[in-house]
Amino acid sequence: MKQTALHAVHAALGAKLIEFGGWSMPVQYGPILDEAQCVRSSAGLFDLGHMGRVHVSGPDTLRFLDKVCTNFVAKIPVGAIRYSLFCRADGNPIDDLLVYREKDSVYLVINAGNTAVDLAWLREQAQGFAVTIDDQTERTGMLALQGQRAHEVLQTLVTGLDLATIGYYKFGFGTVCGLPNTRLSRTGYTGEDGFEIYLDNADCVRVWNAVLEAGRAAGVRPIGLGARDILRLEAGMPLYGHEIDATHNPIEAGLDFGISFKDEKGDWIGRSALAAVKAAPRQRLIGLVTDGPRVPRQGHKLFSGAQEVGYVCSGAPSPTLGVNIASAYVALSHAQPGAQLEIDFKGKRQPCQLRDLPFFSRTRK
Amino acid sequence: MRPNDRRYTQTHEWVKPDGETMLIGITDFAVRELSNGNEDDLVYCDLPEAGRVLTAGETFGEIESVKAVSDLNAPVAGEVVETNVNIEEHLEVLAKDPWNAGWMIRLRPERKSLDGLMSAEEYEKFVAAGGH
Repeated sequence: MKQTALHAVHAALGAKLIEFGGWSMPVQYGPILDEAQCVRSSAGLFDLGHMGRVHVSGPDTLRFLDKVCTNFVAKIPVGAIRYSLFCRADGNPIDDLLVYREKDSVYLVINAGNTAVDLAWLREQAQGFAVTIDDQTERTGMLALQGQRAHEVLQTLVTGLDLATIGYYKFGFGTVCGLPNTRLSRTGYTGEDGFEIYLDNADCVRVWNAVLEAGRAAGVRPIGLGARDILRLEAGMPLYGHEIDATHNPIEAGLDFGISFKDEKGDWIGRSALAAVKAAPRQRLIGLVTDGPRVPRQGHKLFSGAQEVGYVCSGAPSPTLGVNIASAYVALSHAQPGAQLEIDFKGKRQPCQLRDLPFFSRTRK
Repeated sequence: MRPNDRRYTQTHEWVKPDGETMLIGITDFAVRELSNGNEDDLVYCDLPEAGRVLTAGETFGEIESVKAVSDLNAPVAGEVVETNVNIEEHLEVLAKDPWNAGWMIRLRPERKSLDGLMSAEEYEKFVAAGGH
């Protein structure tokens, strides 16, 4: 199993470590729900060293990425970030990612569990394009500071860059803890304002400790993947393997904002299949809340009376809403917010109500 | 050393003779595995109605944490005569006192014998070896 540059720090903090995407990662340092609430009320620090970081450069960079990405990469302003997917010809995703548009190159952040598959696929598709694909994952690290206090806490460690000048889904470079030219971005996977910090492996421990120290008075704590999963579900954000995967297309997942059918983009892998889904979707991803005690889990079926109308993708107790929540695919005929359905727990039914996603977001409506 | 007034299963339940009946619960190891040592991470426990007849090894309920669900299995056959309804509202009892206050069901057993189940000493070794 791979380890991030912060592995020993997590172990010393008493984290429970699990395998995630081929990496040994902290799932929690303390109670998961407390960690989720910490991010909602103050801010939390995440080790995202496991996520894939890939730099693409060369004269054909934009043309190549507009063939493999669903979003219109050439139209992304320099310094901006967009959500995108890599899809196969059948329109189903290989992965989802963030695309950082640099002046002459592009930086991609991809999922840990898909990094090897993505890279093999990208290199295969890159035949005939003048591009260099540089996988920086194992020599670099990545931290995220998420929450309302993130901005003020991180600013105390940054010189040469006013973080207020970095808008949501933008990035820039500043000096962090004395490290010049450090990439800083403002995205997130929690529904909160927050920042990502990109570092060489050798600097990760020092910056991690500095952020925790700078945030101590504000209540900043380290947060594991367990709370991260709850926060992203509350924020209505997809997780590969749950809301999207090799059999779940991004159109029905409601990810249209990451897909461009503009003619100027040219043809791209999966375009015609996704255009067909867009013209005639059969189901949609929707939220649900349940007053009952059971937590919905991936695969639980949804019923309207005797009729099976959908299934759960992700579920969790929501500390923010105070009820159990889930994302689910529901047949279009039944996918109205407010509709009452039942979840099947091994033969026992529990009522639930459909809701629009996201359940919570401070960054979008 | 865990209590030696009872026997243990490989799925981390305990069964303790109590007069004509037997009490069944789960071990500290089970609670810790499920909650990763954080009692607040336990969210739900589903226990059977009194009157249900269980075979040995049958699943009689489920316990759920934020991240996972585990089956509860009957160590011996018998009829459920009482359930500890206190647990549903106070899951922290399972972490604080899994051996006494944390009992889950009271069974009128088919047979008195607990042969084939682990002693406390055997269970210690089983857990020390990983508990799987």
